[in-house]
Amino acid sequence: MATTGDAILVEGARKRYGEKDALAGLDLTVRRGTVHGLLGPNGAGKTTTVRILATLLRHDEGLVRVAGHDVRTEAREVRRRIGLLGQHAALDEELGGRQNLEMFGRLHHLGARRAGTRADELLERFGLADTGRKPVKQYSGGMRRRLDLAASLITEPEVLFLDEPTTGLDPRGRGEVWESVRSLVGGGTTVLLTTQYLEEADQLADRISVVDQGRVVADGTADELKARVGVDRIHVVVRDGARLDEAAGLLPVPRAEVSVDADRRLLSAPVADRMASLTETVRVLAAAGIDAEDIALRRPTLDEVFLHLTAASDGAGASDGSDGSDGSDTDARQEREVAA
Amino acid sequence: MSAAYVVSDCWTMTRRELAHWARQPVQVLVGLVFPVMMLLMFGYLVGGGRSVDGDYVDFLVPGMLTLTMVFGLEGTMTAVTQDLNKGVIDRFRAMPMTDGAVLVGRAAADMLQSAVGLLVMVGVGYAIGWRADGGPGNALGALGLLLLLRFAMLWIGIFLALVAGRAELVQAVQILVWPIGFLSNAFASPDSMPGWLGTFVEWNPMSATATAVRDLFGNPGGEPGHVWAAVVWPLVLLAVFFPLAVRKFGRLGK
Repeated sequence: MATTGDAILVEGARKRYGEKDALAGLDLTVRRGTVHGLLGPNGAGKTTTVRILATLLRHDEGLVRVAGHDVRTEAREVRRRIGLLGQHAALDEELGGRQNLEMFGRLHHLGARRAGTRADELLERFGLADTGRKPVKQYSGGMRRRLDLAASLITEPEVLFLDEPTTGLDPRGRGEVWESVRSLVGGGTTVLLTTQYLEEADQLADRISVVDQGRVVADGTADELKARVGVDRIHVVVRDGARLDEAAGLLPVPRAEVSVDADRRLLSAPVADRMASLTETVRVLAAAGIDAEDIALRRPTLDEVFLHLTAASDGAGASDGSDGSDGSDTDARQEREVAA
Repeated sequence: MSAAYVVSDCWTMTRRELAHWARQPVQVLVGLVFPVMMLLMFGYLVGGGRSVDGDYVDFLVPGMLTLTMVFGLEGTMTAVTQDLNKGVIDRFRAMPMTDGAVLVGRAAADMLQSAVGLLVMVGVGYAIGWRADGGPGNALGALGLLLLLRFAMLWIGIFLALVAGRAELVQAVQILVWPIGFLSNAFASPDSMPGWLGTFVEWNPMSATATAVRDLFGNPGGEPGHVWAAVVWPLVLLAVFFPLAVRKFGRLGK
């Protein structure tokens, strides 16, 4: 239940573009001072959610409050308290780094002198102090991202939105951004982070909401989400791709729980009893004369959790995380695997 | 939202545009040179053949000044479209700044550029023999009417850019603005045109400004008593497009 301690509160948010529901009743609660990951495939509604929270987009229905204020009726109060790092640099590319930060400081009504000193502080902190008058369009991707992050932090926001903050960055740039986010959280800022990278959510977020088709399909810590999928999985690589479906039917688990990756000739299924399943799998495959290149037992990765949860929501409203799948569900899962 | 914040936000956004000029002096220069080039081409290459009473340069310069104000629409539209397609507009919109300060900055910068552009054109016009003999008060009034027309064009440009939001439409308008500019009395008197075309040309709001400006400068082609039309037309356009543009900007993202 929502309390005043929530930095972000979303209840039943809907946003429609023509025929398509970008958000189909999204619920989200983020406690103050935490990092919350919004995880989902392309088109799941992550960016739409962030844009609504940041007052850039109006939702059609539902309650949306940020830092204690309604984004629709108290947009200015919300804007005073947020920082936004979008997918594309929100900077004036013609101007220099200091010019940008000073301008944003003035627009945050810091006053001319404070805007100047704040700009210098931030340039120093993000290692951009020696950029001088060089226009932002000549910056490297990593520098641009750091300046963008600096611009989001002009007023030490209560709530910071990071929309896929490391997309398009090399590993070094990614590491830099992660480092900055960690240091921010130490300062008490609430962070909402969207990402397609499970690793990123796992690294940074206290809690994760998995979003698919405009609603949250699962919510919890990384460990809780992993636990929801079942403990272990058995992986079987079948030598003859033509016999993949036949093999899938033979595994000692309900057929519906077996996910099939045709490209890698890989079957994957959750198992309750590790050793019994392994022995049984070896036995039935041998009996059917199906050659396996590899049979292994694995702990679930967050990737699998993610695919499992998003695939589950493709079934008719099966958003409870149970795998009410049929044949088409497996197809959908494969598509997502390709997309990921 | 205090008045001090409104002023400071609008000033900050105007400063931004001025900083862009400082960064791209060549672009600013090209913007100033283009109308001068047009003036010289029409004055020396095309002109002379036009049938007007009196010296053609005296007829042409006020027309070219008017045309420059109308063509300013393209510049406004291009600038707004570019801004909208850049991420920075998101940051502005997610800040607690005054609604519309972005547009005010644009308007202030464009008006300033147009004022400078007018002075340059007047200087070049003077150099090629154009003379205003309506008195300094009237001359200032003429410049005022020209800037009023530019101000109306500015808000049409902002509105069109907000509606289209794409570079392709800017190109379409860049092309369309030519026939509209030429279907006026900027280069030729409507008396020299076929009847129906002449009527259209006389009703072109741009012609109203050109006629009044010629009158105030004491140049051929001017008719006394037309100043009101050169005031009313831009005000009507403003009354329509200013609220539309502001409303459209406020509704971005809805």
